[in-house]
Amino acid sequence: MKSMTAMASSAEALRPGFIPGAAPQTDFAAEKPPQPEANDLEPSVYRFILKHSMRQQILLLLLTLSSFPFLYYSLDLPKTIVNQAIGGKHFPAEFLGFEFDQVPYLMILSALFIALVFINGAFKYFINTYKGQIGERMLRRFRYSLYQRLLCFPLSYFHKNSSAQIIPMITVECEQLGGFIGDAFNLPLFQGGQLLTMIFFMFMQDPILGVAAIALYPVQGYVIPKLQFKVNQLGKQRIRTVRQVADRVQESAAGIVEIQANDTVKLRLTDFAHILGIIYDIRFEIYRRKFFAKFLNNFIGQLTPFFFYSLGGYLVIKGSLSFGALVAVIAAYKDLASPWKELLDFYQIKENSRITYEQIVEQFQPSGMTDARLLLEEPERIMPLTGELSVANLSLAEDDRARVVDAVNFTVKLDEHAAVIGQSGSGKNELALLLARLVRPTSGRITIGGADLAELPVAVVGRRIGYVSAMPYLFAGTLRDNLLLGLRHLPMRPAEYDEATARRRERQLYEARRSGNIEFDLHADWIDYQSAGVSDQAQLMDRIAEVLARIDFEEDVYGLGLRGRLDPATHPDLAEHLLEARQALAQRLVADGITNLVETYDPERYNSNATVAENLLFGTPIGPTFELDALADNIHVRRVLDKLGLTDDLVEAGRQVAATMTEMFAGLPPEHEFFEQFSFIDANALPEFAAILTAAENGGTQALDREQRDKLLSVPFKLVAARHRLGVLDEAMQQRLLEARRAFREELPEEARGQIEFFDPARYNAAASLQDNILFGKIAYGEADATVRVPQVLGQVLDALSLRSAVIDVGLDYHVGTAGSRLSLAQRQRAAIARALLKRPDLLILNEATGALDAPAQAKAMAGLRQEMAGRGLIWVLHRASLARNFDRVLVMSAGKLQEQGRFEELDRKDSLTALLMAAE
Amino acid sequence: MSLAQEYELLRRVPFFAEIEPAKLKLLAFMSERVGFDDGKLLCRQGDPGDAAYLIIEGEVEIVLEGPAGPLTVATIGANEIVAEMAILCDSPRNASVRAKGRVVALRISKEPFMRMVREFPAMAVSIMRELAQRLDSTNNQLRTALSEVQRLRNGAGAPTAH
Repeated sequence: MKSMTAMASSAEALRPGFIPGAAPQTDFAAEKPPQPEANDLEPSVYRFILKHSMRQQILLLLLTLSSFPFLYYSLDLPKTIVNQAIGGKHFPAEFLGFEFDQVPYLMILSALFIALVFINGAFKYFINTYKGQIGERMLRRFRYSLYQRLLCFPLSYFHKNSSAQIIPMITVECEQLGGFIGDAFNLPLFQGGQLLTMIFFMFMQDPILGVAAIALYPVQGYVIPKLQFKVNQLGKQRIRTVRQVADRVQESAAGIVEIQANDTVKLRLTDFAHILGIIYDIRFEIYRRKFFAKFLNNFIGQLTPFFFYSLGGYLVIKGSLSFGALVAVIAAYKDLASPWKELLDFYQIKENSRITYEQIVEQFQPSGMTDARLLLEEPERIMPLTGELSVANLSLAEDDRARVVDAVNFTVKLDEHAAVIGQSGSGKNELALLLARLVRPTSGRITIGGADLAELPVAVVGRRIGYVSAMPYLFAGTLRDNLLLGLRHLPMRPAEYDEATARRRERQLYEARRSGNIEFDLHADWIDYQSAGVSDQAQLMDRIAEVLARIDFEEDVYGLGLRGRLDPATHPDLAEHLLEARQALAQRLVADGITNLVETYDPERYNSNATVAENLLFGTPIGPTFELDALADNIHVRRVLDKLGLTDDLVEAGRQVAATMTEMFAGLPPEHEFFEQFSFIDANALPEFAAILTAAENGGTQALDREQRDKLLSVPFKLVAARHRLGVLDEAMQQRLLEARRAFREELPEEARGQIEFFDPARYNAAASLQDNILFGKIAYGEADATVRVPQVLGQVLDALSLRSAVIDVGLDYHVGTAGSRLSLAQRQRAAIARALLKRPDLLILNEATGALDAPAQAKAMAGLRQEMAGRGLIWVLHRASLARNFDRVLVMSAGKLQEQGRFEELDRKDSLTALLMAAE
Repeated sequence: MSLAQEYELLRRVPFFAEIEPAKLKLLAFMSERVGFDDGKLLCRQGDPGDAAYLIIEGEVEIVLEGPAGPLTVATIGANEIVAEMAILCDSPRNASVRAKGRVVALRISKEPFMRMVREFPAMAVSIMRELAQRLDSTNNQLRTALSEVQRLRNGAGAPTAH
C-alpha cells in the first residue's frame, strides 16, 4: 500500500488539475475497467453509419455478393431439369465428368436443386440476421449516445423544455433507424446490381428496346424526389407536432390539480383537439402527396410496356423485330419492376430515416452542455477539498436578462459554516446552484482549495461537495437505495458469478463494447464504503442509523420498519429475535396489568377485536385468493360453511345487519361521508339490499335466490364483535365460527396452502408486518389509550432487546414510490439531507433544504446537521433570516448582489438588511 | 351490551329523547364504547371538548382543577351523560372527568354528531327544545334564587360582605 501511494504521488505531480490535499482516499490503480468514452453525435445518418459500422457493412456486402452465384444457379437449374433431365433425349448425359442415365441424372439434379434451396435459405438467414445485428448495435449506440448527452444537458434546458418531447425521441422515433441501418448500403447495391444486370440483358437482346425500357427512369428519378421533398417537409412537421401531443399529455398529468380545480378542462380539450387537427391535416396532406406520387410513378412505369406493345408490336408486324425477342424483353421488363420498386421504396425509407436522425440530433445539441468528458472522467485519485472556497466577481445572467447574481465576491473557509439569507428572488438560490456547479456562471470564477471549480471533473465535485435542494428528488426504489445514491459512483467489488452466468456476462460485455456502451457491471457491488468512512455493510448500517438520528429522521424510518415486512428465509436470526419480542411483549403486558389492551391471536379462542373474516381465516392471505374482502365468495370457505351448516345462519346475520344499516342510513344522501366511515354497505348497494330485505320479509332468507343470499352472506364477514355491537355475534355463533376455522384449516386443499400463512404463536409470519408479528393480536377497541399505550410499550420492548436498529433496517427497505411520492415532502427533504451527509462531503450546500420541516423539527435537524458538519464547510441558503443566528458567517443577498456579510451579531443592527429581513418574517 | 341496549340508554337521556329512533341508532352505532380503568381521565380540564360520554357501567367524578388542587364537585353514575355541552360548543373542558373504579362509557364524538344535526333538522329542533326547557328551568331556578336573595337581603337588612 505504501509503495503504491508513493508511486501514485509522483505520478500525480505531473497530472494537470491535481488537487493538493491530505492523504489519498481511494485507489483505483488495480483492475480499473476502461474509462467510458464520451460519444459525439455525427451530423448525418450516413456518417454515423460509416463511422461506427464500416467494417460490418463491407462484410455484409461481401456476404451478399457471394450469395449471387448460388442464386443465379438456382434460377437456372429448373430450366436444365425440365429441358434436359425430363424432356432430354441424349443419354447418358455427362455431369461433372461422369456419365449418367436419365433417372439418376434427374435425381442428381433434383438433389442439387434442394441443396441450392438450402444454401440460398442459409444465405438469406445469415444476411438478415447480420443486418439485424448491425442495425440493433447501431441503434443501441445511438440511444446510448442520446441518453448520455441528456445527462450532460444544462439545468436550464429542463426548465424550458419538457421531458415528454425527449422521451419519444429516444424510444419510438429512432426505432426505425435500426432497420434502415442494416439496409443502408446493402439494399441499394443488391437491388441496383440486379437492375443493372437485367438492363444489360435487355440491351444484349435489343439496344432499342433496352433504351425504351429505361427511357423513363430519368423522368421518374427527377419527379419522385421532387414530390418526396414536400412529403419529407410534412413528415418533419408531423414529428414536431406529435411531440407537442406528448408534451400536452405530460403537462396535463402533472397539472391535473390545476385543471380540475380551475375548470379548465374544456380549454384543455380544445387545445388538444386543435393539435390533433393539425396532425390530421398534415397526415392527410402526406397521404395525398404520397399516393399521388405513387399514382404518377405507376403510370410512368406502365408507359414503358405501352411502348413495348405498341412500338414493339408494330416492329414485329413489320418484321423488323423477331417475335421471340419481344417476348423475352417483355418478360425481362417484368423482372425489372421489382428491384426498381424496391429502390424507390428504399429511397423513401432513407429519406425518412435521414430526417428522423437529423431532427433528433438537432434536439440533442442544446447550448451550455457539460462536457461529457468532465462527467465521465475518473481521476487517478480524489483528494479531500481543503482550504477555502473563493468566489470572484461571480455573475449569472439568465437569457440575457438582468443579472440574477451580480458580481459577487466572498471567501468561505472549508471549516466554516456560512448562512446565506435574502428575499426570494435575491439570487441566493442561484448562488447555491453556482457553488454546487449545477449552473455555469456567465462570468467570474469559483475556486475551491486552489482549483478552478469549472475544471473539476464531476467525479470530484459530486463526491466532495454535497448539495440538497428544497424539492429533492427520490428515485423509485427503496429508501436505502436512495440514501446510498451518493456512494455509488463506480463498481467497487465485482459480482460473483457461477460459470454459466460469467459466460453470459462476458457476452453482454462484448456486445456493450461493440455498441460503444459503458462496460461496467450493473450487478457489481457499487457501494463505496470508504466514502462513507466505514469498512463494511454492518458499519454502514450503524452509520446510516447515526445520520438518521442526527437529522431527527430515525423515528419515521422506525415507523416504516414496523409497517414493513421481513422475509424470514433471508433473515432467520432477525425473525427469531422478533419472535422473542413477541414473547417479551406478552410478558410486559401482563407485568403492566394491561393485557386488556391487546387481544392476542389464540387458535382456540374467538378474537372479538378481529373481523369475522380474520377469525375464520386465522392467517394472513398471500395473494388475492383469500383476500379478506372477497372471503365470502371463496369456494373453500363456502364449502366449510355449508358443511357446518353455518351458511344459513350467516345469511340470517347478514339480513339483520343489512336491516339495521338500511334503517339507520336511510335518508342520507349516497355521497355522505358516513357511508364510507361507518357503513358495511355501500351507498349505491343500499336500494338493492332494501329489495332483498323486502323479499325476505315473507319467506325468510330461505325464500331468496342464490345471488341474493350471496349478497347477504358477504355482509357479516366485516363485523368486528367488540366494535360493532350489532348483537349477531353472540357466544354460540363465535363458537361455531371457531369450528369453521378448524375445519377450514384441516380441509384446505394442498394447492391453496401457499395462498395463506396461518397465525402460529411459535412462527414468524412472513406475510404480516413486523408490528403485527410482534403484537400477534389486535389492539383492543374501546380501551382508553390503547392506541397510544401499546405502540409505546412495543417500542420499549424492542429497545430492551436492542432490536430498534433492525427495525430501522427493515424501514430502509420501504419503497418510496415514483419520485418519492409515498413519503411526505418533509421526509423527502430529510432523506435527501441524510443522503448528502452519508458521503461525508467536504462542503455541503443546502438550498432551503429544510423548508418543509416544522419549527421544532427544523431546530433539531439544524443542530444535528451543524454538529455533523463540524470542522467541514457548510453553506446554507436559509428560507428564514432569523435561522442565521449562530452561523460563523452570514451572507446577505439582495437583487443579485452580496449586500452584507459578516458575523450575525455584527449584521443584526438597526436598519441593516439582516434586521429588515428578520422584521419581515 | 349491544347496539339495541345502547340505543335504549341514549333514548332515556333527555338530551336525546326526542330524536327519531333510526337516527339515534345511527348515533349509537357511530359512537364508540370505551373502557377506562380506575383513575383514568375521560377528559381533562382545559382540553378542547370533542366528545360527550354516556356512562354505561361504573361511576365517574367531576373534578375541578383549582389553584388549591383538584376538587371533586360531583359523582355521576350509570345511564347518565357527562360533558354533553362539549359536542355543541367549542369551549374547552371546564372540568376533568375521572373514572372511579372501572368505567365503561359510550363516547359520542362531536364531529359525527354535528354532521347529523346538520343533516337532519328535526334532530336540531328536538335538541333545541331540550335546551330551551333547560334554559327555562334554569331561569326559574335563577328567579327563585334571586327572590330568595332579595328576601334574605330584606330580612337581614344590609348585605354582608363576602
